[in-house]
Amino acid sequence: MMEIKIYSTPTCPYCKMAKDYISSKGVSYQNIDVSSDQTAAEEMVKVSGQMGVPVIVINGQTMVGFDKSRIDALLEV
Amino acid sequence: MNKVYDLIILGAGPAGITASVYAARKKLAFLVITVDVGGQAALSGDIENYTGYQFITGPDLALKFQEHMDSFGIEVTMPEGAREIVKLGQLIKTVTDKAEYLSKSLIIATGKHPRQLNVEGEKEYKNKGVTYCATCDGPLFRGKKVVIIGGGNSALDATLQMMNISPEVHIVNIASQLTGDPVMIEKVKSSPAVKIWNNSEVEKIYGDTFVQGLQIKQHDKIFNLDVEGVFIEIGLIPNAEFASCLEQNKWGEIMVDCYNKTSVEGIFAAGDVTNVPEKQIIIACGEGSKACLTAFKYLSTHRFLEK
Repeated sequence: MMEIKIYSTPTCPYCKMAKDYISSKGVSYQNIDVSSDQTAAEEMVKVSGQMGVPVIVINGQTMVGFDKSRIDALLEV
Repeated sequence: MNKVYDLIILGAGPAGITASVYAARKKLAFLVITVDVGGQAALSGDIENYTGYQFITGPDLALKFQEHMDSFGIEVTMPEGAREIVKLGQLIKTVTDKAEYLSKSLIIATGKHPRQLNVEGEKEYKNKGVTYCATCDGPLFRGKKVVIIGGGNSALDATLQMMNISPEVHIVNIASQLTGDPVMIEKVKSSPAVKIWNNSEVEKIYGDTFVQGLQIKQHDKIFNLDVEGVFIEIGLIPNAEFASCLEQNKWGEIMVDCYNKTSVEGIFAAGDVTNVPEKQIIIACGEGSKACLTAFKYLSTHRFLEK
């Protein structure tokens, strides 16, 4: 079972693109809105070592930004 | 690389999307190649000057544009960026980071990207406090002191967004006064959270793992601002490096005439990547539509559309 988390803000276009893309693959994910949840924001900074959104975690693998080919690779495993 | 498109559109910001809608209605065989959808519009904060919407956010307007484009089932390849364009006889070859394409006409609507400050600490702290997208990353700095670098509309836009969620917002502006829209300047000046540093230059960005502060120089005096976020909004550079075969002005913008024709026949350009006066979403949309109509006339007069 895939475990996918997306740390995002509601206003970030790349977050939306990433979410739409993952949905289009028929996979579900947990969306974490770091603009309203301070603890989650700190958790995101801890797992990614930086403060930019989106941060996408697929089965424990962390990526920063929306990188379609990297998502494809991680979803195929 | 066998297929020859009637038209290729590079970019899917306001200009590229509008061009694509017009191309779809003309039933051209065309392709949109882009690194993202919405372009800079998607990164804008509040928009109050796009006719028909008294108020809409950048991401929402970009979504409307995308829905309009999607309603025609337009072929879009993304994320893919142009690397080179070459005129081959009457055809145009577009080389991207992924493939090569041939078309009878081309519209370049690749927009602009943020200019960098080029100071110590900027690269090191990118995404560790330094950001070029207030709309994206702004909410992460809720409750934290921040600085906005710049004095134009983009800087004011970032300030308006941050002044409601941050206890202290500094504006560091190299000019003697802010240069954005008076309506925005008034709003910014009325906020007790905002402190404006005019005639000031950034010396360096410093910190530990993340940004802890910014050093500035004003009238030969050094000041250290205790901030965790640095928003750089100091203007934009045209995404036209790949289009070196076209005439450009000294800012690297592609020169177009009022029909959106470039210096090379069959190649058109629209929006912020061009020398069009004023970079506005509504202007980019109009330019995109004009470029497509000119491209269509070009294709028709050269009998390119006859089977």
